[in-house]
Order: sequence, then C-alpha cells, then structure tokens
Amino acid sequence: MNQTEIMNFVQDTLTEKKEFPAFKAGDTITVHYKIKEGNKERLQPFRGVVIQRRGSGSTETFTVRKISSNIGVERIFPITSPFIEKIELNRRGVVRRARIFYLKALRGKKARIKEKKY
Amino acid sequence: MSGLIGKKIGMTSMFDASGKNVPCTVVQAGPCVVTQIKTKETDGYEAIQLAYDDKKEKSTSKAMQGHFAKAKTTPKRMVAEFTRFEKEHRKEFGDLLGVDVFIEGEYIDVVGTSKGKGFQGVVKRHGFGGVGQQTHGQHNRLRAPGSLGASSWPSRVFKGMRMAGRTGGNRVKMINLQVMKIIPEKNLIIVKGSVPGPKGSYLILERWS
Repeated sequence: MNQTEIMNFVQDTLTEKKEFPAFKAGDTITVHYKIKEGNKERLQPFRGVVIQRRGSGSTETFTVRKISSNIGVERIFPITSPFIEKIELNRRGVVRRARIFYLKALRGKKARIKEKKY
Repeated sequence: MSGLIGKKIGMTSMFDASGKNVPCTVVQAGPCVVTQIKTKETDGYEAIQLAYDDKKEKSTSKAMQGHFAKAKTTPKRMVAEFTRFEKEHRKEFGDLLGVDVFIEGEYIDVVGTSKGKGFQGVVKRHGFGGVGQQTHGQHNRLRAPGSLGASSWPSRVFKGMRMAGRTGGNRVKMINLQVMKIIPEKNLIIVKGSVPGPKGSYLILERWS
C-alpha cells in the first residue's frame, strides 16, 4: 500500500459513512444540526445557499449562507461531522462557478439564483 | 521505556468522543526486528537495537548484511537503539515488535528530523520582528536583524548572537502526543497533533513510563 492508499483507508475507518443528497454551490439546502443543551439534544435546521464545497475525503467542508433578519450569516460544516443528522436538498440552482462568493456582495432581488429545470 | 520505529504517512482530522474535530498524524510503525541486545557485560550499557523497513540486499554493505543475517532477517533501512527498554516488552534477539507495544489513549514522544528550510533570515529563523515600518520613507530594513551589540564595549559580537543561517533539518522531539487510534492489521498509529519532518520520513516513537 502506498501513502495515498493508506490515507484513504484511515479516513474511511475513522469516519462513519452517511448518505447525503448530492449538492453543489448554488443549491439551497437545509442542514439538520444536533445541538446539546444541558442533557437534552435537539435538532436545529439551518437553511441557506451553498457557497462552496472545499477539501476532499473526510476533511471536506461546505459553507452555507443565509440572510437572517437582514444580516448575512455563513456557517461552515465539516461533511463528516457527527452532529449533522441529515441534509435536505430544497432547490437546485444554476450557477456558473464552483464558489459563488459574489453572492456576498448582492442583496435582495439581485441575490436570486435561477432554479435548475430538468 | 518502550518504542518503535515508524514512517510518517500524512495528516488528517477525526472527531473524538466529545465531538471535537482534532488534527492527527498517521504513522506507520513496525513490525520492527530486534537486531541486537546490548548488555552491561559486553557493551557497558543496556540497550536493544531495532530495525525497520526492508531494503534490497545489493544496496546493503557486507558488514550490515552479516549483522541482519545474525538476527535471521532481511536487510533494513532504519536501525535505532533504545535504552532502558521495559521488561514486559523486552523481546529476544530476532523477535518482532508491532504496534501493540502502545495502547490507545496513552501519551508518547515522537522523534524525527524537521523539514530543511535552507538559509533563512532572522525573521523566519528566530521570530524577529524586523526593523521599523513599511511606510514613512523606510526601505530595505523590513526583515533586518537590527543592532548586533554595543560599540566601544565590548567591541565585538557576543557568541551565540542569533543571526541568519541554515534552518530546519534538526532532530526534533515532540513530547506528550496522545495516541488516538491504533490499527494493528495495517501497523498504523494515529497520534494527536503534528510530528516533525516531511511525509515518508522515519520517526522514532517512544513511551517513557
């Protein structure tokens, strides 16, 4: 086994495989995130537009942006995080790049993303 | 003490039991062969010699070929000596040591050779701040070391004054790295944090009890 194969093997054994719908930048998703309050555990949904997916393997992360009471909020999730219960794909968007940082500068009607039609 | 010789494979991260994302390094360690046991009577001190990683016989010197043949093993690339080896892990001549000398959760030390950086200035080598500002007419003193000492006394530069020079490539020991996980079937140890050296470099793993 060479080094790359060993690294892939280690990443597979260290992380539990979860099934998520395939999503990419421009899609609107809801991340159901487990939150511990004292002894209680509850699910917090975080719905927004995926701005980027970065990294590969078990260290991959993705960034979700939403406008919460007129303030832009961005959250970065590791894709192998044990706190992600599930991811819902709400809407597929048409964008021309893999990282849509231009969205940060846009507000209101200009920040719309066209929906992907099949 | 007990120890092993290993090889740095690479870095990744994992989630621990409390849900924290911790950085960790994958080390392939062992199986190591005991190629010599030094005793007080014959050598003046107690130690065992371990060898790791196969190499071709034709690229091994005759002297080393004989040394490995005595332990009934193939030629190895890396040979290291361990003093004060623990009684319970103390093996006989020619025995194999695997990753089972360590236990998950315990703390080990890792020795390696750090990455060589070549000839570097004082800012990178010793963490100096450089001289002055970037603006206000300043130029060419941004990463300079500044004064090396006073003038009439001592009229010389003190020994050990930190200056530019060869950086990195030293023997570095990282102490108290936690063993996060052991995968015995692939001879892998996953330790918390970073270890010195580039990928593929040899490491010495030790546990002092």
